[in-house]
Amino acid sequence: MENFLYLLPEVFLFVVATILLILGLFIKNIRLINNLAIISLLIGLILIINQPYQSIFDNSYVIDEFSTVFKSMILIGSIASLMMFISSKEDLHIDFYEFPILIIFATLGMMVMVSSNDLLSMFIGLELQSLSLYVLAALNRNSLLSSEAGIKYFILGALSSGLLLFGISYIYGFSGNTNFNLIAVNYDTESLGLLLGIVFVSAGLAFKISAVPFHMWTPDVYQGAPTPITGFFALAPKVAAMGLLVRFLLNSFGEIYLDWQQIIFFISIASMAFAAFAAIAQKNIKRLMAYSSIGHIGFALIGVACVSSEGLRSLVIYLMIYLIMNIAAFSFILSLKRNDAYFENISDMSGMYKNHPFSTILIALMMFSLAGIPPLAGFFGKFYIFVAAIESNMTFLAVIGIIASVISAFYYLRIVKIIYFDEPKDEFDGFSIRSLNILFYTSSFLIIAFFIYPAPVISVAEYAVRSFF
Amino acid sequence: MSQIPLLSILIFLPIIGILFMLLIRNNSDQSSNNLKLTALWISFINFIISLYLLFSFNQNDPDFQFVEQYFWIENGITYHLGVDGISVLFVVLTTMLVPLCILASYENIKFSIKEYLISFLALETFMIGVFCSLDLVLFYLFFEGGLIPMFLIIGIWGGERRVYSTFKFFLYTLAGSVFMLLAIIYIFIQTGTTDVETLLNYNFTRNEQIILWLAFFASFMVKIPMWPFHTWLPDAHVEAPTAGSVILAGVLLKMAGYGFIRFSIGFFPEASELFAPFIFALSVIAIIVTSLIALVQEDMKKLIAYSSVAHMGFVTLGIFTFTVQGIEGGIIQMISHGIVSAALFLCVGVVYDRLHTRDISRYGGLVNKMPIYAFSFMIFILASLGLPGTSGFVGEFLVLLSIFSINTYFAVFATTGVVLAATYSLWLYRRIIFGALIKDELSEMVDLTRREILIFAPLLILTILIGIFPKPVIDIIEPSTKKIVSQIENKLK
Repeated sequence: MENFLYLLPEVFLFVVATILLILGLFIKNIRLINNLAIISLLIGLILIINQPYQSIFDNSYVIDEFSTVFKSMILIGSIASLMMFISSKEDLHIDFYEFPILIIFATLGMMVMVSSNDLLSMFIGLELQSLSLYVLAALNRNSLLSSEAGIKYFILGALSSGLLLFGISYIYGFSGNTNFNLIAVNYDTESLGLLLGIVFVSAGLAFKISAVPFHMWTPDVYQGAPTPITGFFALAPKVAAMGLLVRFLLNSFGEIYLDWQQIIFFISIASMAFAAFAAIAQKNIKRLMAYSSIGHIGFALIGVACVSSEGLRSLVIYLMIYLIMNIAAFSFILSLKRNDAYFENISDMSGMYKNHPFSTILIALMMFSLAGIPPLAGFFGKFYIFVAAIESNMTFLAVIGIIASVISAFYYLRIVKIIYFDEPKDEFDGFSIRSLNILFYTSSFLIIAFFIYPAPVISVAEYAVRSFF
Repeated sequence: MSQIPLLSILIFLPIIGILFMLLIRNNSDQSSNNLKLTALWISFINFIISLYLLFSFNQNDPDFQFVEQYFWIENGITYHLGVDGISVLFVVLTTMLVPLCILASYENIKFSIKEYLISFLALETFMIGVFCSLDLVLFYLFFEGGLIPMFLIIGIWGGERRVYSTFKFFLYTLAGSVFMLLAIIYIFIQTGTTDVETLLNYNFTRNEQIILWLAFFASFMVKIPMWPFHTWLPDAHVEAPTAGSVILAGVLLKMAGYGFIRFSIGFFPEASELFAPFIFALSVIAIIVTSLIALVQEDMKKLIAYSSVAHMGFVTLGIFTFTVQGIEGGIIQMISHGIVSAALFLCVGVVYDRLHTRDISRYGGLVNKMPIYAFSFMIFILASLGLPGTSGFVGEFLVLLSIFSINTYFAVFATTGVVLAATYSLWLYRRIIFGALIKDELSEMVDLTRREILIFAPLLILTILIGIFPKPVIDIIEPSTKKIVSQIENKLK
């Protein structure tokens, strides 16, 4: 029973979500429910930070430095997408009180994911998260695109869960255990079946982080899903799946990393290179952000491929900066509104700076940051990734990385070109919603001012790494 | 020494100016005037501070002065600033050119003046930062950061093909620089620090030196620019607004020359020695080829842009002789080119503002209408071709002297560049200024206004002053140069 005391944040969020679900039946005030959800996520954040470190349920659920840092990132992402939701729910026809509740359930699933130290708890967390996300993607029932996105995500997600389960059964069959640490003790290094298991589980997780070649769903789902949900997809699930991937690979197969390193190596290169080229031709800003996130995940995977404390540190730094940049990007996309209708075509943004000079400077800087140009935050993410890569003698990966980042600079610059150099179109009524502005200006400030004092972020990352090295 | 963080003030004063300017609304003539005045005053105050820096600079001390060092990212990567005899003059050159640029943009920037001025002040921050930073990561931050405002300056306020030019400029420079980033990271991992002072005393192995040298070279070669990667420069110059060209030619190219002196030969003397003939060959090719290209240009700005590449060829020639004379010559050539080419671009800007064309054939006989302009243009043209008595002569002479002592063949070929420079410069001058004023559209041309005279006067005085009496400049440069040369000699033994 006392195990549940260590689960306080998870239990708290579960209870809150259930209460809100019942409350929603009687109160039709969605804004109130949303605010309650935000507040309870904030309380959850505080509880997570104060959670004592412990491994519970026969070491199948671990609360440590790593999980605390990752859970905090996930909750920040969830809060951001709830703030995006409240600003746009009517216009996007997603005026449902289930939205905040589904977000809380997804968040709960992700918290289980990053803490799980057992194949079973991992699967439970993953499915709780995925099922909530399937519903969220299809939330706008009347839109063909949204329904298509939901179905596509559901079918491919089910396929990947199948792959994952298949891999889990192999690993269980050949090692006789489901606990990560016990797998590490009991495996037979010569066993081919175990390797097969690693491949299948990695493939399933690569689907969740949308790494090439398991990325096909990303652009369609990003484009089809309502924007606050797209923002949520880009923020929290990527972080959670990355955390799970790291714990799975390092805890259970840390000794035989040479076997799986090349898998990560390949999907990292493939993601960076593919995204750099594929994004160039995109006309829709959400599709572009989808390819952009594939590319960023490719960079983050370099940190995993290094299998060192520097590598993991750079991964955490990269994910934190990725989170901030994406919050800025999606709150900006939600501000693209003309005559009460959202637009997503990049060419419709042309000449934006004539009407919104100040915000446009911030957007341009955000694009430069995504491209990794100093002195903005994005540069430091890449800098640490390259430090880790070169330190682990993976200069090849670093060289591919810098080439990809130069190519991808092109499509970020294209947006800067359109908003600055092209002839202005009609004025649009963006940057007038308070909750979006809070997100946009705070994250932009963090992007710009990061270089002045980057030490706190780096020390948080070093703190997270302590669980493994 | 005083404990005032003079360099930090120099670097961040423009940023404070930007914050002020963000508060000013740009909706009337009055307010855009206020914006211009604010920017002008901020940059002028910065210039005064840099003069104070120059006069309190101890000329006999070859080490870094005004040093500031604070904890920044982690151990080994610190916020470390300082200037020595090599960099202090570049700082002053930068702070001098920025107010002149703002003054030159007073009337020809027709829209979004606020963003324009903000970009310029941000650029000033980055440029001063490059010359002051004593940490490689900090250096890279400033070196690359300058791309952002320059990208916007060319892209928003440029000419017709501005988008093509600015993308080319950005991607060329970025592609070159990322290799330097990898090299910096390698150095950090290998030595545990990116502190320049520490690294100057560190000995890399020969193989490390070769690879790292090439990575740094990739970046500086594109930036300076050397043949065959110079093609972005004419495009960028042609499309940039006048002030953008001035800064590009005046300061941005010098960052790479400074990088060669401080990092390439300072950190990797063995590799530099190994690659010196290669550099000489590229420089000589650049001098001759780009001079020949300059001869056939129909566009004034393009002609001056190609001549810049040729002049930078002399700089690299001088630097890689590893002699005190050569490096001094290279630095003086850079300072002089920073003044002269900036002035030449301003000269082009003056007639462009009046007639809105840079086509040489549209002009002719301007001396009849614009005597003061003709006079100042002449001085700068003569300085550009290196006539004795102007600043251009001192640098070229020292460089040729030093290269002659190393290799006669290269010296002979480089000297032909001087002749070619005379040809294209004087021919340009003849076609624009001399002859009878027969073209109708030129009859309305007016001579320099007071504002324009105010811009040209300091440049004119400096050109002649350095030409006749270069000793104060050499006095500042010499101790630090001697120190670098002796360090290289020690390492090579």
